[in-house]
Order: sequence, then C-alpha cells, then structure tokens
Amino acid sequence: MKISVTVNGTVHESDVEPRTLLVHYVREVLGLTGTNIGCDTSSCGACSLHVNGEAVKSCTMLAVQADGQSITTIEGLAVDGEMHPMQQAFMENHGLQCGYCTPGMVMAATSLLKENPNPTEEEVRIGLEGNLCRCTGYHNIVKSVLAAAAK
Amino acid sequence: MTVTDDRPASVLGTRRLRKEDPALLTGEAKYTNDLDLPGALHLAVLRSPYAHARIISVDTSAAATSPGVVAVYSGADLADTWGAPMPSAWAVTADMKNPAHYPLASGKVCYVGDGVACVLATSDAAARDALDLIDVQYEPLPAVVDLEDALSDRVVIHEDLGTNSSYTWDLKIEGHEGQVDEAFANAAYTVRERFVQQRLIPMAMEPRAVAAVPQPFGGDMVLYSATQVPHILKVMVALTLGIPEHQMRVIAPAVGGGFGSKLDVYAEELLCVALARKHKVPVRWVEERGENTVATIHGRGQIQHVELAADADGKLTAVRIRILADMGGYQQLITAGIPILGAFLYAGVYDLPHAYDFSCTGVYTTLTPTDAYRGAGRPEATYAIERAMDVLADQMGIDPMDLRKRNFIRKEQFPYTAFTGLTYDSGDHLAAAEMAAELADYAGVRARQATQNVPGATKLLGIGQASYFEMCGLAPSRVLASLNYSAGGWEAATVRVLPTNKVQVVTGTAPHGQGHETAWSMIVADRLGISPDDVDVLHSDTAIAPLGLDTYGSRSLPVGGVAIAMACDKVIDKAKKIAAHQLEANEDDLDFVGGSFTVKGSPDRTMPLAAIAFEAFTAHNLPDGLEPNLEAQVTYDPPNFSWPFGTHICTVEIDTETGQVDVLQYVAVDDCGNQVNPLIVEGQVHGGVVQGMAQALYEEAVYDSDGTLKNASLAEYLVPAASDVPNITLGHTVTPSPTNPLGVKGIGEAGTIGSAPAVMNAVIDALSSLGVSDMPMPASPHNVWKAIQSAQQGASK
Ligand code: FES
Ligand code: FES
Repeated sequence: MKISVTVNGTVHESDVEPRTLLVHYVREVLGLTGTNIGCDTSSCGACSLHVNGEAVKSCTMLAVQADGQSITTIEGLAVDGEMHPMQQAFMENHGLQCGYCTPGMVMAATSLLKENPNPTEEEVRIGLEGNLCRCTGYHNIVKSVLAAAAK
Repeated sequence: MTVTDDRPASVLGTRRLRKEDPALLTGEAKYTNDLDLPGALHLAVLRSPYAHARIISVDTSAAATSPGVVAVYSGADLADTWGAPMPSAWAVTADMKNPAHYPLASGKVCYVGDGVACVLATSDAAARDALDLIDVQYEPLPAVVDLEDALSDRVVIHEDLGTNSSYTWDLKIEGHEGQVDEAFANAAYTVRERFVQQRLIPMAMEPRAVAAVPQPFGGDMVLYSATQVPHILKVMVALTLGIPEHQMRVIAPAVGGGFGSKLDVYAEELLCVALARKHKVPVRWVEERGENTVATIHGRGQIQHVELAADADGKLTAVRIRILADMGGYQQLITAGIPILGAFLYAGVYDLPHAYDFSCTGVYTTLTPTDAYRGAGRPEATYAIERAMDVLADQMGIDPMDLRKRNFIRKEQFPYTAFTGLTYDSGDHLAAAEMAAELADYAGVRARQATQNVPGATKLLGIGQASYFEMCGLAPSRVLASLNYSAGGWEAATVRVLPTNKVQVVTGTAPHGQGHETAWSMIVADRLGISPDDVDVLHSDTAIAPLGLDTYGSRSLPVGGVAIAMACDKVIDKAKKIAAHQLEANEDDLDFVGGSFTVKGSPDRTMPLAAIAFEAFTAHNLPDGLEPNLEAQVTYDPPNFSWPFGTHICTVEIDTETGQVDVLQYVAVDDCGNQVNPLIVEGQVHGGVVQGMAQALYEEAVYDSDGTLKNASLAEYLVPAASDVPNITLGHTVTPSPTNPLGVKGIGEAGTIGSAPAVMNAVIDALSSLGVSDMPMPASPHNVWKAIQSAQQGASK
C-alpha cells in the first residue's frame, strides 16, 4: 500500500505491506535505527516515538495507520546539532547507561512534560510506567525528567 | 556523606559527564540489529515446545518452498558442521558430567526453547513464517522441573550420563575437618534454614542479535554480536567451528545491557557463522523477546541449606552449607562454576574460625540453562548468610544490627586471611554499617515500629539490613587455575600517544553500559596530564583490541583500568628518556607534573608531553637504541581479588490485608575503594539495587509441571517499572584497595548483592509480629498473604 508520512520534517512516499509495523517501517525502510525494539508484547516502550507530537509505542501501530501523519523519531529531536533539553538533561543526570531504552524513554518523557510541564516525582514515575529500563534503576531517569521540567 | 582520602585534585573522582551519551541519546549509536548489511540472509530458529522429548522426525520440505526461503536445516542436517560441541569452560571437578550440547538438537530436546531446526530466508518475517511449516514429530518424555526430584534420578535426562547430578564440589578446610561438628555440638545457638533462590530471567533490554559477515575470497569471518565477551567468543567460535583464529574477527557494537546473560557462547552465534560460511553471504539473527525468555540463559536457581553455630554471645563458630544448583538442560559457558563463585562468601563479613563446610551439587533439569547473572553466585551466598543472621538474632532476642556488629571482621584485622585461605585486602564494615544506620534513621524506625506494629495493625513496618563482601575483580589467573577454570583473569591495555598528543587507549574490556570510554579517559588524563577529551578509547573489536578477557564479574576497572594506568606509567617512563635526552638532563632529575617534564630546580628547562610525542614520531633525535613512537602495552594479572563491601538498609511497610510491600526507603552504603567517577558508581549502585529488589519483590521464572515457562514475555515477567521502585539514598565510605595502584575495587554487582537480602530481611521483620519467620522470594502480594495465612494457621493449632 502507498503511504505518505512526514518523518522528522521530511515527507516520505512509500509502498509498504499492510502488515508492516510502524517501528519496522522507520527502522528498515527509512533506516532510522535509533528507535529500538525490546519486546513483542507492547510492554517495554523502547520503540516510543511521536505521532503528531504524542508518544506512541511504534510496535503497536501499523505503518499504514501513519499515512498522512507527522512523526518524530529520536533522530529528529536534536535541532541544528544541539540536543533537545530532555536529551541534555539525561546526559547531565546520568539518566542512561547502555542506552537501549533511552530513545524511547526520552520520547515518552518529552511527551509527558508536554501534558504536564511541572510533574511531581510520583507523576514522573507513573507517567513513565510503560517504558522499562534494566540498567539505571530509574533513579537518574526520574531525576533527568524533573531537571528538564525545571529548565 | 563521603569519607574522602586526601589525593591531590585531579580529574579522577570527579562527576564527569559521559562521552558515550550523545551518540546513545540521539539514535546515532548502532546496536547489532541496526547494522545495514546488504544481501544478508535472516536466520530463524524453530524451538522445542516440549521440555523433554525425543525427536522422531523433522520434515523441512514444506518450509523449504515457502516464499523467500533459501534453506532449511534440522539438527541432523548440520551435525557434521560442528568441530566440537558448544563450549563449556568450567569443569569444576575432574569427574564432572557434561553432556555434548550442539547448536541444534538432534536426538532429543532438553528444555522448552531448545533449537531443533532453522530457516534461512531473505527477510526475518519470511524466515519466521516458514518455521510454522516445519513438521517435527516428538515423543514427549516426562519433564524434570524440580531440583530435588531431579536429584532422585526418577527420570534421567541425559541417558549417557546415567544420572542428573553433574558434580559435587566441596570446600572443606584442610586440617580442621572435625571442627565443624565440634562447633555444632558445643553451640549455644544453631540455625538451620532452607532458602530458595528462584530462577530469574536477566532481561537485558536489548535482546540478543548476531550477524556473521564472511569474506569468502579474503578468507576472513567477521562476527558482530550483542555480547559482553568478544574476545572469549572469538576463541570459542574458532575452536568450535575449526576456523583459524587469526581469520576470525568479533565485533561487539553498542550493546544494550548484559548482566551476565551476554557472557556466553550461544547457538545462534555458531549457527550464523556456520551458515554464513556455507552460503558465502552475511547471515543475521535477532532474538524476539519471547525467545529471549527461554533461549537466553537464566540466573540463580538454587536450593540452599544453611546451618550456623554460635556461642552464647552470638559469635559465629561454624557454618555448614549444602547447595543444589539448577543447571538447566545443558551447561552453557560457565554454568557449573556459578555457585562455586559464591562458595567463599557464605560466612559473609564475619570473623569465622576455620569451621566451614561447603558442598554444592550441580543438577540437570529440563529447563533453560542457567549461567552468570549479575553477581553470579555471590548474591546467593550473601542472601543465605544475611537471612540466617537475622534468624539467629531473632532466636537470641537481640537486634540483628547488634548481632552483626559482634561478628564483623574488625578494621584492624585487615588484611585478613580468611578460613578459605583468601586474603581480604581491606575493609571497615562497622563504619559502613554505622553510616547506613544513620542515613536510614535505624533507631527512629525501630521506635516507630514499636508503636506501629501493635496487635491488629494492618500496616506493618519492617527494617532490614544486609552487610556484604564482594569477591570481584575476576581474577588472579592462578586462583582460577586452582578452580579449574579454563582461562586466565588478566587484562590488557595499550596506551598510544599520537604525534599530535592525542591519545588512543586500546582496552580488552567490553563495555555495555558501564561508561568505560569516559572512565578510562579519566584515568589516562590523570596519569598523562591531558584532557579526557583528548583520549579515544578503542574496544570491543578483536582486530583493533586483539588482547582481552572482556567485561564481567566487576573486573573491568580493578583489572582493565589498572592495566591502563600501568601502561600510562610505561609511556611516561619512555617519554622521560626522550625528555632527558633533549633537555640534556639526568632522568632522575626530571619531574613529570601537569603533562610536562621539568628539570628539578630549573623551571624554565621543561618539555611538554606534546613535544615529546612529536619527537617520538619524527624520531630525528632520540636517545641511542630507543624505538620511535610513544606507545606501551601492559597485561596485568591481579595479585588478589578485590573486595568491595558495604551495608544496605531497607525500610518497608506491608499492608497485611493486600499483602502489598511498599518500600519506604532504601539506603545503600558501598565502599568500592577510590572512585574514578562517582556519577558512574552511583548509576551502577542504583541499577544493581533495583535488580536485587526485583528478585526480592517481583521476579521469578514460573514453570508448570510440564516444564513450560508460564511468564515468557515482558507482559508477564515483572521487570519493575519506575512506579514500582523508590528513590535510593546512597552513602559511600572509601577504603582504597592496597593491592592495585589505583586503589579501586569494582562496583558493578554490589547493588544486587546487598539488596535482595536487605529487602527480604525488612519484609520478614515487618511480618515477624504475626509469627512469620521466613517466606520464599519474591515477596509478591500473593506470597506475603500466603505467609501470613500459614503463620496464623500454625499459631491457631
Ligand atoms: S518494542 Fe514496542 S513496546 Fe516493546
Ligand atoms: S539504559 Fe540500559 S535499559 Fe535503560
């Protein structure tokens, strides 16, 4: 099926199989491999990206459902070689170790702050419930998000 | 609260941000499955749905005609491909029984997930679709799920071995054989407990991934793998497949966590290489999470019988340990040795006389093989002694903190030669425990508890402690030899100063989240007086870093980092010769400070390292006989293990009506010697604590009686989310290691080692007023509720 999707500001016209997941589309068709895959049950959030500004687990959506939508992946977050404040906050607060959950975590966190610009620690923890990290114990991820909110 | 030593100001010990981060934060970093490999075929593996069955037949004909399929192989089809069975590198006893284990099973399957056939196709989807078309006829055999049942040999899994027990490994203290029985006979108090270390699934967020790229005309093979051990993997693949080692190159690209589960040589790595050779095209494989839960190793899986004897004051007089270790259906790389890594630590941080008796039997079951999982043997040991200490304190009617203080090895006893013959290089357990007690407001929680935990209360407060010693920095090669481990424990480093005074460091460590690029740059910067930004750390590619023994067992800093510091010193020695020559001074008259050599007493006669690097490169004016270039290599074999230690204290509140455990506070005081980068140290502790807490409260691989994993996905296996865990309060004491020039000890596993027992001691402490004296992990609402019910039924009888 033919789709037209805006990804990180560029319009892509593609022909995809109806069963192609959005995550496979961005990774394999567009070569944007920053979006990771960590599970097959929509549980881990490693594949989170933004569809029309809102965080979505891209393994739960078909590429064809993205037709006509605007998508931002982790590759599209930095502007003019400057990392997004959320990316900077993760760096400054050691909010990542192996980095595998990180793109999804950052995308979920930016979307969280859009909805709730001044969250409490508790709200951050609940807001990121759908994104698993095995390395950090979340302590510094929560700290990063709170720091980004305070910026 | 940090007790610092008085080293001069340096980049060492600063909270420097990680140089790894920008690539990881922006999606630029490439994990194995991100590699673009045009023309690669995709591998998919058909896995046994039975825990134990004979393979009657495998019909691949329908799969072979499925769209996109290039080839289909059964185990029998590939039987001639393997020069040797899958490697297992740790025969813990001379008579250990170890069945031959191949990448695909042929006669029999021994766990759900055991590979029986594989498909090569032009896409991952085509390969996986074709798996459904392979027709395998099985004759199901009874599963062996329970360890004690396995030991009975009711069903023998590997008929050729004649038994399910693989080995029994003993540690008895020579010359003191009668002392244990004597101590138990004369003890004022004895404790006898049976603890279960439930099986855990490591669940690194990046599933495994492999790509083998052949160069059929050049003769080489490049293997990309999400591995912690590229160097070990290279040797093992070469041996197993009969590939000349110099034609094998292994690259670990960005690796998304390991926790021991990527310290292995896996079937899919061997399959990809073998099939890439056969088909002369790249072959790649990526694990689905569901596969990961059954086809990647599990951790823990032990039944522990723990006995303590103590005198009237509660001083330990003997420890006797019997372990049954679940190895699963086969041995993986170091399966048999995992419980042995804990064998030396069952007396924990306590001053025990030579009355120690340890025995471990490794047993096969029809479950996923076990192997190293964060802490590997040492969390199990620490759990056993720390839970047993609480039981002893309860028996004596004294505070568990008090009992520990009576037994700690005292600061002035270090270096302390333990009953095992191992020397604990340094420690101050009392200081760590007291700092933790203060941070946790131990006395205050005890006081609150006295008023809160009254009869009829439905919210019970509990506080629990664990003090630990970690034996890490694996390891002195001779000690490994005495344990029959078939490799050494050294680490290699090269430090190379480039003509423009930028520095390349080549390390044999293989980071997968630990921030080695940052930490190693800091060590070099400190030694050479340059900026960490001018240091590039090369690693995880056996063509670039040919020597190394990789990353596991909290070894990278105390072995690999120390090797780097030593290589820097060698570079400085050589640079000094050049400086002396050019400054026309005596080497002994030169000081090296802030990156420059200066003649003592003549501050204007100076030469910076930058100038020396360029001189070494042009080689126009070097001392006679000195080789050009500024580079040094060191292979460092540590003289001892390193011994980080600490005390963790957890405070919980339990709702007796729902069984819900709420962690109110978690305090970890860890002493890993000098810290290179506290930011990284803290991150390691946070992550480790949560992983141990997850064992205590959430995680368990649950099998039914047929040997099927019931929670084989991230939806059902409860890896904690941010909302399930608390913030963590950290404290540090600093007791530098006297055995290495950096005074460092390692911190990768400490958090996990301290936390499971601290959390469980808190849970039992909270429930003790209801008569609960022990319960199995995880302390899930259901298990807590059951423990309360059975204690109350016991009381009403
Ligand atoms: S890969 Fe999408 S939620 Fe795990
Ligand atoms: S940083 Fe490794 S999974 Fe989150």
